[in-house]
Amino acid sequence: MSDTATAVSQVDLSVVLIDICVLSMMAVTAIAIARLRSLFALVMLSGVYSLLSATWFVIVDAVDVAFTEAAVGGGISSALILGAMLLTVRVAKEDKPLKRLAPALVVIATGGVLLYATIDLPGFGDANSPANMYLAQEYLQRNYPDIGIPNVVTSVLASYRGFDTFGETGVVFIAGVAVALLLGFGERSLSASLAKRQKGEEE
Amino acid sequence: MSSTSDHHVILRVTAKFLIPIITLYAFYVQFHGDYSPGGGFQAGVIFAVGIILYALIFGVVDALTLVPAIFARYLALFGFLLYGSVGVVAMLNGGLFLDYDFLVAEGPEGHWGQHIGIIVIELGVLFAVAGSMLTIFYSFAGRAPEIDDEDW
Repeated sequence: MSDTATAVSQVDLSVVLIDICVLSMMAVTAIAIARLRSLFALVMLSGVYSLLSATWFVIVDAVDVAFTEAAVGGGISSALILGAMLLTVRVAKEDKPLKRLAPALVVIATGGVLLYATIDLPGFGDANSPANMYLAQEYLQRNYPDIGIPNVVTSVLASYRGFDTFGETGVVFIAGVAVALLLGFGERSLSASLAKRQKGEEE
Repeated sequence: MSSTSDHHVILRVTAKFLIPIITLYAFYVQFHGDYSPGGGFQAGVIFAVGIILYALIFGVVDALTLVPAIFARYLALFGFLLYGSVGVVAMLNGGLFLDYDFLVAEGPEGHWGQHIGIIVIELGVLFAVAGSMLTIFYSFAGRAPEIDDEDW
């Protein structure tokens, strides 16, 4: 009996230690992002922050969200911001210290309210919480007879909520078209670069 | 890129090794989405990241020769329309928009309609996301002059 109790407490302790490590690394990264002025370091650190939050999502068993965060936040966002960074200067302007006072107060107040709100949240993995009871139960029971694929996330996303996903795909497509219309399609630079290269080879 | 100086050789060799693996992993995520985390959206993003990595290492000009900008944006459009066309086919077969059960004539116990519908719409999401992300990247990168080493 005492052996199992020790084992359980050991497991809990290691999980808690990992939690504390990941969360404190996220906090350190966030503080570094807020303090740094070099844009290149900022882009890299926001990628690091995304990977850490993906790790955190894995810890709380939200693997699909973690996957998306790692691919979108750590991968494509960093690459796109790197591309956008090249269009501007590399270092942010220094601002006066007092100018940051009002944003800091807003952030602290919002954080305090959010912390206060966590008191009312149900416990982690609570089977009786509203999120785990009504619709989630029904999806879990109906999924396999209805759709015939084991991953409930995919069947909710693609079949039960297929119309929503259609809209999301449309949003991504419209975002691509809008950015391309605002910034140009890139052919002009291609032809310019090719001309430059040809010129370089002739010389 | 002919102007690349020699000290990028490690980056280039590593990228050459990694880009096929990234692309293959994108297709794994795509076609394994019924059983494991991930699906069309993540696969499209990973696929686009592979091409963008190529563009960052070997230059945007070479990447534009590999995947032309016009191909990227028509890929996005094709994916979006592919998704919508699945819904229209379901409607033509007598069901509601995107009701995959009507894609294949089968009994109430059959799941082929659902399987085919999900695979095709995930392919549509893959094309739309990969094409849109590449279009966005080309729009940003197409405006920048060639990256000099001292800029980093």
